[in-house]
Amino acid sequence: MNTVTDVITQPAFPAITGQRDTMAVTKLDTPLEKTVGNPFVEKPRMTCRDVFVHYGESCAIKDVSIDVAGNEVLAMIGPSGCGKSTFLRCLNRMNDTVSSCRVSGEIRLDDMNIYDASVDVVPLRARVGMVFQKPNPFPKSIYDNIAYGPKIHGLTRNKAELDEVVETSLKKAGLWTEVKDRLAEPGTGLSGGQQQRLCIARAIAVSPEVILMDEPCSALDPIATAKIEELIAELRTQYSIVIVTHAMQQASRVSQRTAYFHLGNLVEVGATEHIFTNPKHRLTEDYITGRFG
Amino acid sequence: MNSDNHRTIIPATALDKSASGFSVAFNKRLQRRYRAEQRFKWLGIAAIFSALAFLAFLLTTVIGDGASAFRQTVIQLEISFDKEEFTQEDLLQADYQRLVKTALSERFPEVAGRQDKRLLYDLVSSGASYKLLNMVRDNPKLIGSRQTIWVPANDDVDMLIKGKIDMDQPEGNRRIKDRQFQWISSIREAGQVELRFNRAFFTNGDSREPELAGIRGAIKGSFYTLLITLLLSFPIGVAAAIYLEEFAPDNRFTAFIEVNINNLAAVPSIIFGLLGLAIFINFWGVPRSTPLVGGLVLTLMTLPTIIIAARASLKSVPPSIREAALGVGASKIQTVFHHVLPLALPGMLTGTIIGMAQALGETAPLLMIGMVAFIVDVPGSITDPAAALPVQIYLWADSPERAFTEKTSAAIMVLLGFLVIMNALAVFMRKKFEITW
Ligand SMILES: Nc1ncnc2c1ncn2[C@@H]1O[C@H](COP(=O)(O)OP(=O)(O)O)[C@@H](O)[C@H]1O
Ligand SMILES: [Mg+2]
Repeated sequence: MNTVTDVITQPAFPAITGQRDTMAVTKLDTPLEKTVGNPFVEKPRMTCRDVFVHYGESCAIKDVSIDVAGNEVLAMIGPSGCGKSTFLRCLNRMNDTVSSCRVSGEIRLDDMNIYDASVDVVPLRARVGMVFQKPNPFPKSIYDNIAYGPKIHGLTRNKAELDEVVETSLKKAGLWTEVKDRLAEPGTGLSGGQQQRLCIARAIAVSPEVILMDEPCSALDPIATAKIEELIAELRTQYSIVIVTHAMQQASRVSQRTAYFHLGNLVEVGATEHIFTNPKHRLTEDYITGRFG
Repeated sequence: MNSDNHRTIIPATALDKSASGFSVAFNKRLQRRYRAEQRFKWLGIAAIFSALAFLAFLLTTVIGDGASAFRQTVIQLEISFDKEEFTQEDLLQADYQRLVKTALSERFPEVAGRQDKRLLYDLVSSGASYKLLNMVRDNPKLIGSRQTIWVPANDDVDMLIKGKIDMDQPEGNRRIKDRQFQWISSIREAGQVELRFNRAFFTNGDSREPELAGIRGAIKGSFYTLLITLLLSFPIGVAAAIYLEEFAPDNRFTAFIEVNINNLAAVPSIIFGLLGLAIFINFWGVPRSTPLVGGLVLTLMTLPTIIIAARASLKSVPPSIREAALGVGASKIQTVFHHVLPLALPGMLTGTIIGMAQALGETAPLLMIGMVAFIVDVPGSITDPAAALPVQIYLWADSPERAFTEKTSAAIMVLLGFLVIMNALAVFMRKKFEITW
C-alpha cells in the first residue's frame, strides 16, 4: 500500500507527461502489445473485439478486446494520455461528437453491434449512461436535472410517475435526504460532491444497463470521493460500471476487475487483487509501483 | 531571493549590496520597472481623460445648441371668428390666414402700407392658420365668437426671443427688421409672448418652416426600419450562427463562409446601400424611400454583427453542458435547443441590440436608397416614404435657416437618447439573464 500512496503524492509521470505532444507520433511506432491475462468473461454485458480508434492519422486505441460483465465494476487505469477516456467514450459512442475520430472493430451491447449503421445513438446512450470527470449538472433545478432524461425518452406518463423517478434516482444516488427540500433550487448550487452524485442520479434516471464513469472523483475532496466510492459499490448490484481512474487506490477499492492501458494498448486485464498484488506484465508492475521506464 | 542567484547573471562590479539586502543593480532594475509601470499608468489615464474631454465637449455643444429647441415661442392673438368668413359649406375652406392677419392688424392698427403689413404678418408662423382650422373643425360653435389664442411665432421671432439674433448688426444683415423688433417688444411688454414646451417637435413630421418641423416622422421611420431589420436579422442571424457553430461540418466550404461573414462585417455601409439600390429597388421593385427597403438594407449590414455575436455566445457555452445532454441521450437538436441555446440567448440578445443600435445610427446606406427625400407626412406603414433619425439630422444640418441648427442638435439628442437606452438595455439583459454555473 505504501508504494501506491507514493505514486498518488507525485501525480506526474515525467516520462509520459513530458512527451504528450509527441505522443501521436510515438504511438504509431510502439508495437502492438498482446494483452496479458484473460479479458473475457462468461456472461458479458458488453463485448469489445479488435477495437481501433484513430484521431485523424494518430492511433489512440490499438486492437483492444475486452468484455464487461454484468454487475461488475471494471476499472481502467493507466498513465495519462494512454487512451482510457477514448476507449470509454467508444462504449456509448460519445466519440461521435469528435469529427476526426474513427472507430473500427466491434463493440456489442448484449447482441447489438452499437456501431452498426442501423443503431440509433439516442436510445443507446440511455442504455449506456455516462458520468464525466467534472461534475456537469445542467444550470437548471435539481428536479429538472433528473427529470430531463426521462422526459425526452418518454419514460413516464404523468407528473406523479416523474416525481417518483426523480425520488428513486436521487435515493439510489444517496442524495435524496440532502436535497429533498430544495428540489427547485439550481443543481449548480450544490457542492462538488453533491453535484457529481446529482450527475450519477441523472444517469440512473433513464434506467441504464451500463454506467461509464470517467475519473468521477478527480475534482472532488476525499470525503466526497469516499461517498461516491460507496455509491459505486451499491450501484454494482444493479448496473455494470466501467470506471476510469488515475487513483490506483480507488481502483483497488471499488473494482472487481482492472484493465491496464499503456499508449493505446490494453496491456493487462485481471482480477483487481491480482493486478495490484501480482501484476504479470512489466509495464503494469512499473505503473503500479510508481516506477516508470 | 538569495544573492547567489544574481551572481550568475549580474557582473561582479554591480554586486555591492544596498541596505535592503538586494544588490544595487537589482534595486535599480526594480526602480526602472516601477517607473515604466507608472509611465504606462499615466499614459492610460491621460488617454481616458482626453476621450472623456472630447465626449464632454460634444455633449455640451449638442445640448447647449439643442436644448432651446424643446421650447417654442408663442404669440397671443385676439381672433374673431367672423360669421362672414364662414359662408362656404365646407368650414375647412375658410380663409384662416385672413383671420390671423386681421387679428394682427387689429393689434397694430397704426401699421399701413403693403411692405409694413407683410413684415407684421411675418411675425406669426403659417402654422397659426392650421391651428385655427383644427379648432374650428373640433368645435364649429366657435364661429361668431372672439377667442384669445396662442399661436406659434415665426422661426425668426423664435430666434430673437431665444436671444440668438444679434440686434447690433446692421438692419440689412438680420432677419428681424427694426420695425418688427418694436412690435415684438411691445407685445412682449404686454405679456403676449411666451416660450412654451415645443410639442410640435414631437408630433410633426418634417417641414420647410423650422418652427413647424418635428421628428415624429423620422422616429417612426426609424422605428419601422429597425422593426424590419430586427424581424429579419435576428432569426436569420441566430439560425446561421447555430448552424455554423453546432451542425456545419468542419470543411473548406464552412471555413470559406466564415471568412466571408467576418469580411462582410467590415464592408463600408455605403456599399450595402448600393447593393440595396441595385437588388431591392431596381431588381425586386421594392418602393424606394420606404422603411421596408431601409430595413432590408440594414438587415444585410447587421447580419454579420449578429452572426458573429451569436457564434461567440454559443462558443462560450461550456462543452460539458453539451456532453451532459448527449450523455443522457438527448439528440443533437435537443441538446442545442434545450440546453445550449438558452444559455447562449442572453449573449445573442446583447449582440442583437448592439447591432440594432448600430443600424439606428446608420446614415450612408439610407442615402443610397432614397430615404433622404423631404417627407412631410408621418409614415403610417412600412411602405410609406419615410425619413430616419440620422438622415433627418443630416437634412436639417444642411438647411440654411438659423432655427434648424437647434433642431439638428435636438434631433441628435433624441438619437443619442435612443442609443443610450438601447445600450443600457443590452447591459441590463446581460446582467439579468446571465446564468452562472
Ligand atoms: N479530441 C481529440 N482529438 C485528437 N486527439 C485526441 C482527442 N482526444 C484525445 N486525443 C488523443 O488521444 C490520446 C488518448 O487520450 P485520452 O483518451 O484522453 O487519454 P486518457 O484519458 O487516458 O488520459 C491522447 O494522445 C490524446 O492526445
Ligand atoms: Mg481521460
